[in-house]
Amino acid sequence: MRNFDYAAPATLADTVKLLAGQNGRARPLAGGTDLIDHVRTGRLAPDIVVDIKQVPELNIFEFGPQSLRLGAAVPCWRVYGSDAIKADYAALADACMIIGGIQIQNRASVGGNLCNSGPAADSTPALIALGAVCVIAGAQGSREVPVEQFCTGPGKNILQPGELLVELRIPKPPANSGSHYRRFIPRNEMDIAVVGVGASVVLDAAKQTIVSGRIGLGAVAPTPLFAAAASAALAGKPATEATFRAAGEAARQSISPIDDMRGTREFRLQLTGVLVERVLTAAVERARSR
Amino acid sequence: MATTRVVTATINGRETSFLCEPRQTLLEVLRDVLDQTGTKEGCSNGNCGACTVILNGRSVVSCLVLAVECQGATIETVEGLATADHLAPIQQAFLENAALQCGICTPGFLVAATALLRENPKPTEADVRWHLAGNLCRCTGYDKIIRAVLDAADRQPAATSKT
Repeated sequence: MRNFDYAAPATLADTVKLLAGQNGRARPLAGGTDLIDHVRTGRLAPDIVVDIKQVPELNIFEFGPQSLRLGAAVPCWRVYGSDAIKADYAALADACMIIGGIQIQNRASVGGNLCNSGPAADSTPALIALGAVCVIAGAQGSREVPVEQFCTGPGKNILQPGELLVELRIPKPPANSGSHYRRFIPRNEMDIAVVGVGASVVLDAAKQTIVSGRIGLGAVAPTPLFAAAASAALAGKPATEATFRAAGEAARQSISPIDDMRGTREFRLQLTGVLVERVLTAAVERARSR
Repeated sequence: MATTRVVTATINGRETSFLCEPRQTLLEVLRDVLDQTGTKEGCSNGNCGACTVILNGRSVVSCLVLAVECQGATIETVEGLATADHLAPIQQAFLENAALQCGICTPGFLVAATALLRENPKPTEADVRWHLAGNLCRCTGYDKIIRAVLDAADRQPAATSKT
């Protein structure tokens, strides 16, 4: 592997200063499961790798009355191992427990999955469904961006040279809500999504009508997508199969899948509708069983 | 540019210092610097699990860990499983169940299974298959490996059983 320098700053201020001084030649390291492979294959050629795991802000994992604060370096195993995540942010637990195998989940972070910006990243549609906001720090200060605006193309995102994803802030879901993430792969585990769908719903007090819902889609466009029309179509509708099917159809209209080794465009169009229906069904079941 | 560094970690219970460059993975250092060649290199991209070690209590693929990250870490490798006189129960179970053929994947499976049985001493077959999904074996077809892990679990005292 190409050589590089290494630093493990202890504070966010030092990290931001270090990244800002490298003219875009630095890469942050959390779990390294993408970064180290990309450096080895030459896809990335950083001059310095900045290990961010010592920085307290990047390890924050706090459930507040308004929102969850998830530090960008928190590994998947901590996410799905949390009962509070399984209760209120179930779609995120669903995604984190199927990213790679156990060895990957023990290192890989949700923040890293997002920053790698793969179109098929499992945790991103779940974050979109849950309405996550990215908190980004840079030399000029910090900014907040809705997660669905973070990725800009395969492997590309809005981070400017020197900027760092610090945490994800996910609003605490109201009463009568549920969420789910599911992907289609030809085997049971250790694979990349052919299509991935995350959804969250809020039901009325009688748990019969959808008050609001959000649907995130993966592997069907150059970036993970927020299916805005399909999500809007859920509001005020009865939580029934017909509603889920209509949302699936609306989701199909919003995607631009490609043919590749994992599936054809036609297959992905079909799958997207089926998965949206199934994921909404499961999210509603969860909302009803709480 | 990058300079060689001294890293001190506890490897199989012994405090060990080694020299490495930032670009060297934990796998490279274990095998090439420390001559601990029990940990195998398979794919070197995190898919096959042959290089699995336990880092600070969690199983990881050592090909995707930089050695410089391991300052102060606790690392367990396949070399740490047996005592001078006895194989570990998981090793004995692999032997008795013929859970290997060529053997290149075996250290990774042994270490991953060790981590599983610590966390879940009485796993179901589905638990074992799920937990070991990150370890590939091209010889056995997995069944004997799964049986060996379940056998090793049966040999453990049941006191801490989850189920």
